[in-house]
This record gives sequence, structure tokens and C-alpha cells, in this order.
Amino acid sequence: MSVAVRVIPCLDVDAGRVTKGVRFLDNVDVGDPVALARAYDAEGADELVFYDITASSSARETTYDVVRRTAEQVFIPLTVGGGVRSVEDVNRLLRAGADKVSLNTAAVERPELLAEAARRFGSQCVVLSVDTRRSVSAPSGFEVTTHGGRRTTEWDLLDWVRRGEELGAGEVVVNAMDADGTRDGYDLESIALVRAAVGVPVVASGGAGTLPHFAAAVRAGADAVLAASVFHFGTLRMAEVKAHLRDADILIR
Amino acid sequence: MTGPSVVVLDYGSGNLRSAERALRRVGAVAEVTSDLAAARRCDGLVVPGVGAFAACMQGLEDVGAPGMIRDRLADGRPVLGICVGMQILFDSGEEHGVPTKGLGLLPREVRRLQADVLPHMGWNTVVPAERSALFAGIDPAARFYFVHSFAAVPGQRPLDAAVSTAWHGETFVAAVEQGPLTATQFHPEKSGDIGAELLANWVRGLRRGS
Repeated sequence: MSVAVRVIPCLDVDAGRVTKGVRFLDNVDVGDPVALARAYDAEGADELVFYDITASSSARETTYDVVRRTAEQVFIPLTVGGGVRSVEDVNRLLRAGADKVSLNTAAVERPELLAEAARRFGSQCVVLSVDTRRSVSAPSGFEVTTHGGRRTTEWDLLDWVRRGEELGAGEVVVNAMDADGTRDGYDLESIALVRAAVGVPVVASGGAGTLPHFAAAVRAGADAVLAASVFHFGTLRMAEVKAHLRDADILIR
Repeated sequence: MTGPSVVVLDYGSGNLRSAERALRRVGAVAEVTSDLAAARRCDGLVVPGVGAFAACMQGLEDVGAPGMIRDRLADGRPVLGICVGMQILFDSGEEHGVPTKGLGLLPREVRRLQADVLPHMGWNTVVPAERSALFAGIDPAARFYFVHSFAAVPGQRPLDAAVSTAWHGETFVAAVEQGPLTATQFHPEKSGDIGAELLANWVRGLRRGS
């Protein structure tokens, strides 16, 4: 037997609350990330991601509290990303109970942050999250953006993920900005390109809308598939995704 | 009635809270501490560990833990190593071609796995040792959460221990049970309900006030 493909729900957390509409379960406070984390765990999620979109730094304390309370009640791996700027931020999240921390904009601004975090805590907890977009001027056809796609960088997608791996990232999340929110399916081309470029696990993110989309991402080379809205809005249930992957002869938990 | 006391040894950074909570969940009176006296005294000691082998060994030495761990085992008092906390129990670990001495309690070397994708990250099955108490009653199809690039691989000489294995590119040691010494390469504290069952098996074997 070998390692199973992971299915990962992602929750946007703003000042300690989930703001995107969530209506997939009864009897759950849909605004409470801890209650949702428990519900996803019970449904068979293989990992969880909290993406912190808290704007004001004073409200960021609530994030640590959410992580702390989640770690008390949920016994599957938890990744936290969004606004992580320094090694000390990483340390605080790990100490609060996160297993992995994802770095995005801050890593582009100062790539050494990946190396510093990996040296201190190990590559296994350093996730490089990349917002990528199709671009005719990028050699691979994909450029790297930051600030949620609002800013373009000089980096070609493949150069950046290779550099990230070299610096110590233990996993790469490929967020396809063109596919994000469309529910038209993952961007299979960027997944396959990144899979061929690095030796660390690759997580597909952005575009999941129907059951076949998940299996397609795995066939393109994804080790894990991440989705947000299809789970939050109850369009798809975790168990359905797992069953569909199993029927497609893909190993799942 | 209170459960057995368990110390999760804090000798650096990383997520220790999950181990503490998971142990409490199965009835242990668990605390995270770097207090060596408490670690010496408790019914069961958990040695966690993430990151690099050399860094973990250094961290253990900095708090004076190796002697305490050896003393506990010599007295037959249970120790559970998790992930790199398991790897450092072996003779040595090699990273980037540089070997680091481990505690030498188990005769194997820890090296980088030969696999296409590393770290080995995610849920995998384990082939339990025949005489495993740790996996007693656990569904053989169950999956546990792994996250590591290095592991001890089965060698020429058999280990004088119950050795459970898993596969990622090659077969490696997923768990070891040898008298008071138990260790897992995977993270039972992150392995959901199945992980809790396994920890419950370990906690059941602890004697209160031993």
C-alpha cells in the first residue's frame, strides 16, 4: 500500500470567524471555525487549512486563539496561512497547535524566510503557497502573483517553486488564480508542470466544482486536493469526493 | 480515578499541544514540560520531535535528556518516541551526507527514504508486528498520518523488537516495541480516532505510580 491522496477543506477566517457562507451542516455554528473544523474532521477530511484574512493586526490574536481551540478538539493536521511574515509568527502558530504554516507573499518578498523557518522547525511544517496566473511573458506560461493575485512578480512559476524547494519548503500549494472561484475545475497544466519541477508534495487549489475535477487533479499529479466553496456551500460533501476518488482507483483514507 | 501521568517532553519548538490533548483524550494526565524531574518521575514519557535529526539531538542534549531517557528505560519505565523522537533512538541519522550520533538504543541507521516524492506526507497503512501490543485491536486497513523524509530501514540483522513497517518508495520501520520502549514514525496524535486507539493501547500499558 502507499500513501493516500489527501482531501483538504480550506476555511477563510476573519478575526476569529468564518465569513463566507457555510451551510453544509445543521446544528453547527457556521461562523465558528472550530465547530466547522470538527465537522469536517467528522466527515473524513484528511487535513484542514485555516487561511487568515484578518486585516487589522490587533485582531490577529483571535487567530492564535482559534488555532489553540482547534488543536484541543481536532486530531488531524492543521495548516495555517495568511499574513505570516516572520519566523516568530511561524513559531507562535506552531506553539498554538498548527502543524504546518504556509508562506506566500512574505516568501516572495524575502525568500530567506523559507530557509529560516525550515532550519528552525523543519521542512515538514513549511508550506510554500503560490498564487499563479497564466501569462504569455512567463517561460512556463505561468507567473507568480502576490497579495491574492493583485500584484505581479518577476518570478516564473517553475523557477519560484524550484527555488522554494531548494530553500526548504516541504510542500507546495498551487493556487490557480484564473481558476479560483470559477468551479470549472483545477488548472491541470500548472499542477502537472509543478509536479514535474519539484520533489515535494504538490497540493492543487482553486477551481473545484464537480466530483470529476478532484480525480483529474490527482491524475495531473496532485498529492492532495484543496477546496473551499464547494464544501462550505454544501455543493459537495467530503464523503462524496472520497467515494468518487475511490471509484476512480485513487487511494484515499 | 485518575489516569497514569504522562509528560510530553518540551525541548524546543513545534506543536506539542496536539500530543498533550490526544493523550488527555484517552485518559492520561498529560502535561507538556521541559522539567527533567517531572519527565523522570511520570508513568509514561513521550519524546516528540519534528524537523532535523541533528537539531533534535542537540535539543535533547541541551536539556540533559539523553541520560534521563536511558535511566528510565534501564528501570523498565515506559518511553514513547514519536517521529524524529523515534529516529533519535537509533544509532545514528544521516542528513546531507553528515552522520549524527543518536541515542543508540536501537541498532539501525536513519537515512533519507528512496522515494519520488518527499517528505512522505499523508495517511498510510502499517503492517503491524505479529506480537504488537500497540496495534492490538486496530483495523489492519487503518491509515496513520506520516510526515518525514528520513526513516530507519529494515537491515541485515533483525531488531530484537516487535517491528511494524510501512511503505513509501521502500519499506521502512513504522513502529518499534521493545520492552518499555515504544516508538512510532507516524503521528498518532494527528491520526484522528485511529491514532487515539493506538495511544489508548500505550496508555493502558502504563502503571500508575510506577
